Amino acid sequence: MTIDPPNPIRRITTSPLFWPLLGLVLLLIFNAIFTPSFFNLEIRDGHLYGSMVDVLNRGSIGIIIAIGMTLVIATGGVDLSVGSIMAISGAVAALMLTESNVSLWGVIPCALLAATIAGLLNGLLVAVVGIQPVVATLILMVCGRGIARFLTGEKVIALVDDHFSAAFDYLGNGHFLGMPFPVTIFVLLVLATLVVVRKTVLGLFIESVGSNEVASRAVGIQARTIKIGVYAFCGFCAGIAGLIDASNINAADTVNAGVFTELDAIFAVVVGGTALTGGRFTLVGSVVGALLLQTLLTTLYTFGFASDTAPVPKAIVIVGVCLLQSDAFRQKFRRRSAA
Amino acid sequence: MNRYSKLAALSVVVLAVVIPACSSEKATDATDGNKTPVIAFVQTGADNDWRNAHTESVKQAAADHGYDLRFAEGQSKQENQLKALSSFVNQGVDVIVLAPIVETGWDNALEKAKQRGIPVVILDRQIKTDDESLYVTYIGADTYTEGQKAAQWLAGKTEGTAKVVELQGNPGASPTINRFNGFRDVIEDHPGIEIIASQSGEFRRSKGKEVMEALLKKHGKEIEVVYAHNDDMAIGAISAIEDAGLKPAEDIIIVSVDAVRAAFDAMVAGKLNCTVECNPLQGPLAMEAVAKILAGEADSLDKKTLIEDTVFEMEQAKDFIDSRKY
Repeated sequence: MTIDPPNPIRRITTSPLFWPLLGLVLLLIFNAIFTPSFFNLEIRDGHLYGSMVDVLNRGSIGIIIAIGMTLVIATGGVDLSVGSIMAISGAVAALMLTESNVSLWGVIPCALLAATIAGLLNGLLVAVVGIQPVVATLILMVCGRGIARFLTGEKVIALVDDHFSAAFDYLGNGHFLGMPFPVTIFVLLVLATLVVVRKTVLGLFIESVGSNEVASRAVGIQARTIKIGVYAFCGFCAGIAGLIDASNINAADTVNAGVFTELDAIFAVVVGGTALTGGRFTLVGSVVGALLLQTLLTTLYTFGFASDTAPVPKAIVIVGVCLLQSDAFRQKFRRRSAA
Repeated sequence: MNRYSKLAALSVVVLAVVIPACSSEKATDATDGNKTPVIAFVQTGADNDWRNAHTESVKQAAADHGYDLRFAEGQSKQENQLKALSSFVNQGVDVIVLAPIVETGWDNALEKAKQRGIPVVILDRQIKTDDESLYVTYIGADTYTEGQKAAQWLAGKTEGTAKVVELQGNPGASPTINRFNGFRDVIEDHPGIEIIASQSGEFRRSKGKEVMEALLKKHGKEIEVVYAHNDDMAIGAISAIEDAGLKPAEDIIIVSVDAVRAAFDAMVAGKLNCTVECNPLQGPLAMEAVAKILAGEADSLDKKTLIEDTVFEMEQAKDFIDSRKY
């Protein structure tokens, strides 16, 4: 095979970002045709209002978790406990707001600290004790929700009346520059993470640990510390998501908070072009993947899909995007169309 | 690594000591069972205030009767309930009280209970089976009538014309199906009432809000009424309506079912128009039925006992709110 001159189309289609973006665009085109009101944007009460804003707002939890998950997956691991960590962080925050006089500036760090410690424990189990990531994080996935339920006494702690905190409410329901505040949170988190992993050598270290841990150690990278760090960071992200989730409904609902978010986050990361085997990762891809999933969900609501059949179109889109991403499938398709 | 394997071995030993210790305690209880009847209660979960009040009511009533109550909950999953059910059958309890999560899929488990001669009382939600001898009696809220009552109230309030958005509960759960059907069977007689959208909010606040947001984008000002299958979803919808710059209960009429404390708070605040009570205090009735079964009078029980529910309107909320415990 001779070396082709760089073909711009080829270069675009081989970018890991291309296929999830294509899926997202197709979904938006579908909406443009069938529910044109999807793209309506107007200003109500001084902030933007429309389905697209909803996608960003409701998608923010998925995006924030996907960021942490991307780094964990890049080291060749996976974190199944993010949903439970969300429940813990929401429970800690609600408990402190109702049972203590600590101000919100003390509550948020405490909730995030609890979440980070939970992530740290995952990291220790994986990197120091050497348990398989699926099993190690499964432990916290199962018992984490139990811890959260224990904290809240198996009740939904509602932050109403005397316990209502306007500042805490702002986290999930407030608006900043016309956009819902969770959007600001995820944009800042994405930017900060991008700067830290891409402008420093840290991203390279993470990729190196994910590609070949032994070789990384041989060249002097502290693989163990890197691994513990990414799990702790993933817990931290889940903690932020848990706070947004609790603030959104002004209650800590430990049974329902973050159920299945770990699967959605893994989906977002994989669709975004980061392989589960670890190594190279793309944060922007994960964000696109999470947005794709939320757009799909909002589409199903606005399109009026019956709730009992809603998983079907979801499955079709997921299979579609995965097939598009698969080199083997694309090659087969190309050969057939060439013949 | 040796250190860790020692640690692991230690924890295994600890578990090995602790677990039988717990279960042996239960075993001695069971032998005393000749005197104290052992009642097993399989609850759906602990997911909201209504459910917790329901659990509390059953536990309290069992204590009042002097029964030894074994409690298990399914954490909103049928498979967990099935496991608990078969474990109670194996333990050979005297009576099983089951609050099923969904209507179908119970035949095998109940068949096993029947073979062991353990009578089963179905509580709160109904089950669907071809063989009615699998359970002794069903006691529950009349979720079908609740749907009807919500529709009747609405027909009166709107004089028979309205565009309604429905927030359904979990697909497949009997309250969802009954509140869905009961509502429709009444509005059939009111051709002016039209359901323009119906989506599942899974009985959850956050989902109710998310779905309502989406529906508001699609239908906008067209929406005149929200009918929510439970109060939690209605509260979620209220917050979505407020975000859209509309006034809940004024611009959009909201009617829901359950009548939990939070709904009364919303009514007093003028944000919810009406809630149809679904009384969770079913424990005493359930334990009376259990007492009859234990006394060998199971035949005297009706196959179905429904609890009468009340409709509460916004105007009455102030008078009742202090009496609401749940």
